[in-house]
Amino acid sequence: MKKLVAILLALVLVVSFAACAAPAPAATETEPAADSAAAAATEAPASSNPVVKIGIYEPASGDNGAGGKQETLGVEYANFVSPTVDINGTTYDVQLVKVDNESSNDKAASAASTLVSAGVSVVLGSYGSGVSIAASPTFEAAGIPCIGITCTNPQVTEGNTHYFRICFLDPFQGTVLANYAFTTLGVTKAYCLSKLGDDYSGGLVNYFVKAFEALGGTCVQDTFPDGNSDFTSYINNAKNSECKVFFSPVSTEAAQLIIDQAESQTLGMPILAGDTWDSNVILQAAKGKSVDVTVTTFYPEGANAEFDSGFKTWVNSDATLLANNGGDDTVAAVTAMGYDAYFFALEAMKKAASVEPAAIMAALWGTTYEGVSGPIALDQVNGDAIRNTAYVKHANTETGAWDALPAVTIG
Amino acid sequence: MLDFLHANLSYILSGISVGGQYALIAIGYTMVYGILRLINFAHGDVFMCAGLMMVYLSATLPVTVTIPLVLVMTVVLGFLIERAAYKPLRTAPRMSVMISAIGISYLLQNAALYFTGGLAKVYPSIPWLSQTVTIWGSTTKMVTVVTPVLTLVLVILLSLLIKYTKVGMAMRAVSKDFETSRLMGIQINTVISVTFVIGSFLAAVGSMLYFTNYASVTPVSGSMPGLKCFVAAVFGGIGSIPGAVIGAFIIGIAENIIKGGSSIFGFGGSGWTTFSDAFTFALLIIILVVKPTGLFGEKSTDKA
Amino acid sequence: MKKKSKLELWIAFGAIALIYIAVAVLEQTVDANHIIFTVLKKGAIYSLVAVSMNLLNGFTGLFSLGQAGFMLIGAYTYSIFTMPVEVKMTEQVYKYYASAIHFDTGIFIGLVCAGLAAALFAALIGLPVLRLKSDYLAIATIGFAEIIRAIFQWDVLGPVTNGANVMREYLDLTDVKIPFTDIPFPPTLYVFLAAGVCIALIVLLINSSYGRAFKAIRDDEIAAEAMGINLFKHKEMSFIISSFFAGVSGALLAMYQYTVQAAQFKSAMTYEILLIVVIGGIGSVSGSCIASFLYIAASEWWLRGLDMGKFLGIESASLFRSGFRRFVFSIIIMLIVLFFSKGLMGDKEISFGGLIRRFNRNKPAKTAKGGGIDA
Repeated sequence: MKKLVAILLALVLVVSFAACAAPAPAATETEPAADSAAAAATEAPASSNPVVKIGIYEPASGDNGAGGKQETLGVEYANFVSPTVDINGTTYDVQLVKVDNESSNDKAASAASTLVSAGVSVVLGSYGSGVSIAASPTFEAAGIPCIGITCTNPQVTEGNTHYFRICFLDPFQGTVLANYAFTTLGVTKAYCLSKLGDDYSGGLVNYFVKAFEALGGTCVQDTFPDGNSDFTSYINNAKNSECKVFFSPVSTEAAQLIIDQAESQTLGMPILAGDTWDSNVILQAAKGKSVDVTVTTFYPEGANAEFDSGFKTWVNSDATLLANNGGDDTVAAVTAMGYDAYFFALEAMKKAASVEPAAIMAALWGTTYEGVSGPIALDQVNGDAIRNTAYVKHANTETGAWDALPAVTIG
Repeated sequence: MLDFLHANLSYILSGISVGGQYALIAIGYTMVYGILRLINFAHGDVFMCAGLMMVYLSATLPVTVTIPLVLVMTVVLGFLIERAAYKPLRTAPRMSVMISAIGISYLLQNAALYFTGGLAKVYPSIPWLSQTVTIWGSTTKMVTVVTPVLTLVLVILLSLLIKYTKVGMAMRAVSKDFETSRLMGIQINTVISVTFVIGSFLAAVGSMLYFTNYASVTPVSGSMPGLKCFVAAVFGGIGSIPGAVIGAFIIGIAENIIKGGSSIFGFGGSGWTTFSDAFTFALLIIILVVKPTGLFGEKSTDKA
Repeated sequence: MKKKSKLELWIAFGAIALIYIAVAVLEQTVDANHIIFTVLKKGAIYSLVAVSMNLLNGFTGLFSLGQAGFMLIGAYTYSIFTMPVEVKMTEQVYKYYASAIHFDTGIFIGLVCAGLAAALFAALIGLPVLRLKSDYLAIATIGFAEIIRAIFQWDVLGPVTNGANVMREYLDLTDVKIPFTDIPFPPTLYVFLAAGVCIALIVLLINSSYGRAFKAIRDDEIAAEAMGINLFKHKEMSFIISSFFAGVSGALLAMYQYTVQAAQFKSAMTYEILLIVVIGGIGSVSGSCIASFLYIAASEWWLRGLDMGKFLGIESASLFRSGFRRFVFSIIIMLIVLFFSKGLMGDKEISFGGLIRRFNRNKPAKTAKGGGIDA
């Protein structure tokens, strides 16, 4: 009897000790498999520099996997360009810790706690507003600052002090798109399609409708459920309700299907979308088809030749990187934004003169940085970037590339 | 009436087309259930795997080679799943087999997730099927027209097979009474294998038609169609092939009409599309409560 | 507790108390961000829902697959009830709708109401569905769970459910306070307490005369009916109680996650819970609990490295890439299902009497059947 109790006690002790002593889970630095990059990664631990960890909270699978991978590439490329940071005279090696949030709000909390327990100083991401909103309280509870790269929904940063963002917001983007539809295209009736329960598309449609109706237009709204792949009925709805423009700022995964079915059902009206559609996935889907796709975005390829060519060389150096970029070396806007976000985070660390999350969080408010996508400075209300320019692109279905249209600046 | 049909032909065409594709999958469910009393949860994922095989194979091989190859490989996959996951549990409680089916479904999805890297794969266009045609003012893909015809042909062939061949007779006997037919010297395992082979073959054909229409394959693209097809099989009366086909067509058409609800009936708002999937299940529950054996199900005293 | 010695009972209580003390100590000593707390919290929540599913599937023999639907109801009821009125009235969460709910409640009331709401739905659904048998019941309950999910996403109900959008800013685990003070309650301990109390109630129920009636129905319906057990009444009761606890666990999940959304409660979630029940052993409360912790620990902690490029010290970015964890995990599950089809515990419980006997090696190990105490 005593033996049993003793053993039980010992067991409990051992278990709790093991749990205490267990190191943080095996979170590793990401290894861009490029030969040169791999060399850089292996060199880094050899040096005796202290390490600062930056978390990459991005989807690598699911609806937004393609975009998340491109955004991650931007950060990885930035890390390849500048693998160290000088803070207060000390050189730190920057280690990236990646986690896949699977584009799913319910995976957000556990993915976020993986990053938190890995001990990151600052988190970058995510592509897709829903997962950012869902993970936000986990980061808040841990006191870790986050920098949203391309999550455009206002709710991400609203009412909190730990989530910042370096891109423009949906009220702005919705207005730009509504103006484009009403003034440039000259249409008065728009069909708006969003995904049920998706904060990004639902939010953007909402702001588009507000702006479009303020201009005097009318809108027909529809939503499709998760896992839907049959868009023919929605396309027919748009045709039958005599709309003149098809607005569907949904994920790239749904976008492929919409473009394909728009052709087979002869949609016959221009398709408008937001920043998610600025992806080579869309170009590949639209190539050779009779569709008219226009998107707004953060960065037009060619705006910064040095960044573009550097990125292209890097991404072409390795098959895995190329695959993550969607199979070709198009520079996606989200990649440029990821690149800027990395340097913005380093800038904040320098300003904070510390790698402590709390110090970085305080310093972020006043951080400014001249990025490839334009100057970045944050407002003092929610920590959103002050940006008033959106770039407009049109898919060229013959060459499979983007044609730049005049950029739009408001205010 | 004619005007109404004409105006909404495009919805009905999509409905018939997707209904035919559902029918091909539903037959797999209904046959397996009829014989093993097993809800083969992995069937929808076999359908998805057939889609992925096509994507990968067609990257290097011409379509004429790929199509038969995909059919054969899917059949082999279905056969292997039965041998590996269901046969060892033949004497285990039915619950264990069902869990095994869920496990296989989980495995196939996760394997697909890993190998595709979690991204949607674009389905290759099959030359003739992908053509655009115009029917009575509505444009659609050729596959929409081909699907119902092909479905009917396959169903008739299958019915003939079940009715007139030896193995078909054995199948009917096994589904009537598993134990007795074993006593009568029927090779149970052969019959079950044949069932899985036929089911997988039809799922592969279904996947070609379905993904030609909706040209993107993801690891979960099999799960919703799978569940719906199972509902179709139950709706039509599980174990009954014509029942499954009719159930599938009803579900396919109803689903598209609901999606087009705001335009067809003019009841406003986007809210109804939320129910395009839920409607399928509502239909299921109504039929289960009113007539548990389904539309064409045989009367059975024991549903346990 | 027929032949069970008092001593055994005390040991069981002692062991449970030890676990709680260990959790409390752990929480005071280890960095709160450690992944172990994620595992413990989520594991406790899944234990509760797995045990509630086991009550139906393992003890009453009703093959129901509606667990995710009831969790959804619980999670939403909880979040709607406990979201402070100030939050509801602003645009912070209800962005596109004006909230129609003009009150808020505390955490405890929220949890109870979550359970009650789920139980109420179960009572309604049970009337038609419980007359079905076996697979038909399973399909119908899956169907209902999907319908519930669609209803909660319907934009007409937006003023209550916030449409299909995320619910957040309700009272979560960090808002739990020690009663009558303002000191925060240790969150992991709180989840353990809440789940533990619920599981204890289920165990008491299983060991009561109702529990014996449930088991009689599971073993042979016709015989049970002949013995004078009202089949429908007992099935309905088991269904409602199981749903009540599923609702509570949904609410706890919402507390743990900080945000909740209808889209996550898919049938895949029910399958996951079913797998836990099967791995633990159908008809074993302690098995369900152990399996929950193992399942969550494996998927959230031990195998994470498979996704992140490094596992057991081996580094390979091309092999250990995103998705490998789930691939390996599903193979493990398949092996368990095929080769240990009875699960970890079969239909037995951890029994200290059995352990003692095994220890002393005087008698062959014999574990008490049913009626054991879970640890």
